[in-house]
Formats: sequence, C-alpha cells, structure tokens
Amino acid sequence: MTEALPIVIVGAAPAGIRAAERLVEAGVRPIVLDEGLRAGGQIYRRPLVDDGRSYRNRYGSEAKKAERLHAVFERLRPSIDYRPETLVWNVSGLERSGHLDVLREGVHRQIAFSKLLLCTGATDRVLPFPDWTKPGVYTLGAAQTALKAQGCTVGDRLVFMGSGPLLYLVAWQYMKAGARVEAVLDTAPFRSKFHLVSLFVRAPRIVALGLFYGAQLQLSGVKVRYGVRPQTVLGEERVEGIRFRAGGRTEALACDAIGYGFALRPETQLADLAGCRFRFEDRDRAWLPERDAQGRTSRKDIYVSGDGSGIAGADAAEIDGELAALAILQDIGNTVAGDRPRQLTAARARILRQREILESAFPFPRDWFETVPPETTLCRCEEIRIGEIHCAVGAGSIGEINRMKALSRVGMGRCQGRMCSAAAVEVLSSIRKVEPKETGRLRAQAPVKPIPLGFGGPLDTEESR
Amino acid sequence: MSRQALFKRRYRRDEEAIPFLLNGLPEAGRRGDTVMTAILSLETSLRRTEFTGESRAGFCLIGACQDCFVMMADGSRVRACSTALEPGMAFLTDAVEGVEHD
Ligand SMILES: Cc1cc2nc3c(=O)[nH]c(=O)nc-3n(C[C@H](O)[C@H](O)[C@H](O)COP(=O)(O)OP(=O)(O)OC[C@H]3O[C@@H](n4cnc5c(N)ncnc54)[C@H](O)[C@@H]3O)c2cc1C
Repeated sequence: MTEALPIVIVGAAPAGIRAAERLVEAGVRPIVLDEGLRAGGQIYRRPLVDDGRSYRNRYGSEAKKAERLHAVFERLRPSIDYRPETLVWNVSGLERSGHLDVLREGVHRQIAFSKLLLCTGATDRVLPFPDWTKPGVYTLGAAQTALKAQGCTVGDRLVFMGSGPLLYLVAWQYMKAGARVEAVLDTAPFRSKFHLVSLFVRAPRIVALGLFYGAQLQLSGVKVRYGVRPQTVLGEERVEGIRFRAGGRTEALACDAIGYGFALRPETQLADLAGCRFRFEDRDRAWLPERDAQGRTSRKDIYVSGDGSGIAGADAAEIDGELAALAILQDIGNTVAGDRPRQLTAARARILRQREILESAFPFPRDWFETVPPETTLCRCEEIRIGEIHCAVGAGSIGEINRMKALSRVGMGRCQGRMCSAAAVEVLSSIRKVEPKETGRLRAQAPVKPIPLGFGGPLDTEESR
Repeated sequence: MSRQALFKRRYRRDEEAIPFLLNGLPEAGRRGDTVMTAILSLETSLRRTEFTGESRAGFCLIGACQDCFVMMADGSRVRACSTALEPGMAFLTDAVEGVEHD
C-alpha cells in the first residue's frame, strides 16, 4: 500500500542526520541507511571503540560541531529506523514506486520507499602520477581517517601533496599527532593564495585557521613548496621518498608515506541510477544531479542533499539536509511554517560563494597530464596505463567518455570509476583538446560497489514498516 | 615480503589484544582495529594485484577505492578498511588473486 511506504535517507552524516532530525520533529520515522560502522560521515567519523581522546583532540577546530551532531544522532536513535553497515547498491522499480537494493551482513533485501533522500557525500578527488599505487601512498582523506578513526598515522615520516584546504589541515593534524611532516607540496602556485584576502572579508574564521596551520607548519621546519608537479614515488616495495619539480628545480625528499588529493568528488551514482537529470558544474569540474534550492531533483520523490549534490562542505551539508527534509514535508502536504527555508537557502548560498573563492585559492591542476608519462597507471583496479587510453582513443574516433570506458575498461573496475574517472575525463579532454564537459558523463552502473557474487533473487522483501 | 610496518599506532596502544592469523602465523591486533590497521601495523602489504602482482596497501580508507580487499584463509575476501577485526580471523596477504568478474 503506497501510503504505508517509508521515507528513506541514504547517508548518516551531516546532511542525512539533520534531515532525519527535521523529519522526526514532524512526526515522521525515516529509515536511515549507511554503509559505515558508525554514524557521523567523513569529517565527523567516529572510532570503533573509545580511545581516550577528547572531542577537541580528535576533531580540532570542529570539535563542537562534531559533538553536537553526534548528540543529535544519539537522541534520534529511538525515533528512526537506523541501519548501519548497509550498502545501498541500486535504485530500481522506478516505473512504479521505487525501491532500493541493499546488502546488510551478507543478506540482500529490497526496501520500497515513498520518498528517497540521497545524502551520499563525497570521496577524495585524485589524479595519477608515477607509482601512486605503491604501498604508502594514500589520499589526504585516508591519512586523516586513519588518525581520527583508528588513532594511527599512515607512516611516521610524511609528505603531503595536492591542492585544497585539507592539504594544510591534515599536515598539521599529523604534526600534532607526533608524526614527522617532511613537506607540504602545494600543486598550486603561491600567487593563488592571494585570493584568500577576499575570502577573509566573508569568512575570517576559515582564513585565520588556514594561516594558523600554515604558520605552525613552517615554524616547525616543515618545507612548503608551491607549483609542485610530482615526478615519481621512490622506493621498491613501499614508499621511501618522492621526487618532484617546483619552481624550475627538481628535488627529492625521503619519507615513508605520502598523503595527497585535490579536494573532493561528489558521490552521485545512486542519483544517476534513480534516473535524475544531470548538469555539469564548473566549480566541482563534475556532473551533478540537477536540483532546486531545497534538493528536489528532476525525478519526483527523489531528493539530493549535502556534498553528494555538489561539494559545499560539512556546514553547508547540515543546512542542506534540513532544507531537503522541509521539501519532503512540503511535498507530502505538511505546512512548513515561517521563513526557515528561505533563511537556510540564503545561508547555503553564502557558503557556496565562499567555495568559489576557495577554488581560486586551491585550484585544480588543469595541466596535470602534461607532465605525467604514458606508462603511469590510470586505473588502479584493472591496472590500465595512461598510454593505453591514448591507444584506445586512437586517431581521434573517440571523444566520449562512455565509449572510452567500453574500449579501454577504465571505470569498469571494482571502484566503478571513483578513483579514475576524474582523471580519465582530464586525459580524454586533454587529448581531444576540449573542455571536460564536452567528453560527456560517465554513466553509473549497478551495483555501485562490489557485492558478493552469485546471490539469487531478492531474499527478503520489505514492503512497509 | 618485508616485515616492516606501514602504519604507526598513536593511540589505543594498550587496548586489549585481538589474536588473528597472518599468513598462517599468530599475530595480535588491538580492540577497535579495522582489519587494515591490524595488518598494516605489522607489514606493508595487504594483497598482490591480479594483473601485475604488485603490492597494494589500500588507498582511500573510506570504502570507495576497493583497493584494500584482503583474502581470508577460507577463500572469501573482506574490505580491510571498513571491516572490524575479530578474534580468530585468518588472512593471506601474499597470495596472488585470481581474476574475478564482479
Ligand atoms: C575522507 C574525508 C575527510 C574529510 N575531512 C574533512 C575535514 O577534516 N574538514 C572538513 O571541513 N571537511 C572534510 N571533509 C569533507 C566533509 O567530510 C564533507 O563536506 C561532509 O562530511 C559532507 O557531509 P555529507 O552529509 O554530505 O556526507 P558525508 O559526510 O560524505 O557522508 C556520506 C555518507 O553516506 C554514506 N553512503 C554513501 N554512499 C552510500 C551507499 N551507496 N550505501 C550506503 N551508505 C552510503 C557514507 O557511508 C557516508 O556515511 C572530508 C571528506 C572526506 C571524504
């Protein structure tokens, strides 16, 4: 019976938790699905057991927000149907009312929904360079996750590289945790940082924090280089150093691990499988589900919110989750009193404007592939090299990313393109000498993450609560 | 294979020991470890790839890259970054995996 179908939220992180809170206030009991072992999402990730650290120690400047969000979630627990360790791997049945295909503890299940809110967040955006698959090379987010959630550092002597606010933050966090931080290799030119002057007017706290991290790192003797392009990872079986170019010089540094990344890429596969229309967003250099200010997509009953609908950060995700919940409540016929949606929309728009400036201060390295040799692995899963893409694209017959995928297998591996598609688009657009959006959008395929082979049909169909 | 740790523990060092088997030998992790932390606090590799046989030790740690799959002694695989270590688990990190079609 349609009226009994639940409202389902995917993602128990800033956006999903705030959405659930708003729905519960209105008397709705949503199902909240998350693949993770504990709720909180990426920035406010929690350890598996208490390790004696305070919120301040674990989350630094964001400790209060982390504590608040975790408290909200704990308070909500009795009022929501929370299912951790639950992978949503497909959205289907959309001809009628849709359902999700989920996997939990090896059991396959279908969950029908009346409204679906996707708060699937983001992952690190990465680009390949020689020997980036070697043990000891991690994403910036990975380095941070090891520290926050597991209380360990991914090495003892680190080099951090890339572009984005996370670069300096993670380097500083590692230094505080007792690791030796050898260098911060910023791939952006020093002059890009002057954009922070105009950000200071709008968001003084963000700029002050950034300056503080940068100053503390430099005072502690951490080398900082700008305009860096890596040449190769050094070492046989594991990272033993990195060689790079900066300011017209080649330099080599010894280290036992490298953390790197270039801001974030939105996790949009489920919105794609749900049939939402997409548009290209220049700020994220990515395709995003089309949405209105409150997160309504082109598909009735499907909503998106948080970083998975466009990178805007954790504060914006909390606002955005509430906005989406208000949209859902309006759409099921509740009256939403007052000015709240307008206020939240304005607050989110302010953060998005700050993001524009941050993008200029920490720009994406658009010329990356001018210095990466063809024998470099592009696809970690299928071990496909950049040169093979050049061959597949050949004399110029391929200009579209899905054709390239079919011919080269890039994006077909276990990660479903999460680690290679940003790079594949850059390679293809650099060969074709066109803007990334001209190469088209890589279509998502179910399952969005690997699921055990050979399970039969649906085992456990859940029609309503 | 080198017996050199990749990860360095900073907290939870005195947490209760969780016994497991690594390539047939008895080892111990700590309560609250993921499989990845338990293994990489002891050595540098989680698996060898099916095509070139190179070592891998994970990459994203948030369940996105699928690089940290580890073979269990019973032939199943776990995603090391997002699986909690349990007593008695048995891992094989130097087996070269067969090509698999997901
Ligand atoms: C590794 C990492 C570290 C970061 N560190 C910082 C930081 O230090 N400071 C900072 O300001 N920002 C940081 N960010 C950015 C920040 O985490 C995000 O801006 C913020 O968390 C966005 O919140 P969200 O609710 O949109 O989603 P997220 O926090 O990204 O969470 C999305 C949730 O959805 C779940 N999910 C996704 N797909 C599925 C699926 N198919 N099935 C089931 N569940 C699913 C995930 O398990 C996750 O819990 C980091 C991002 C990453 C990736």
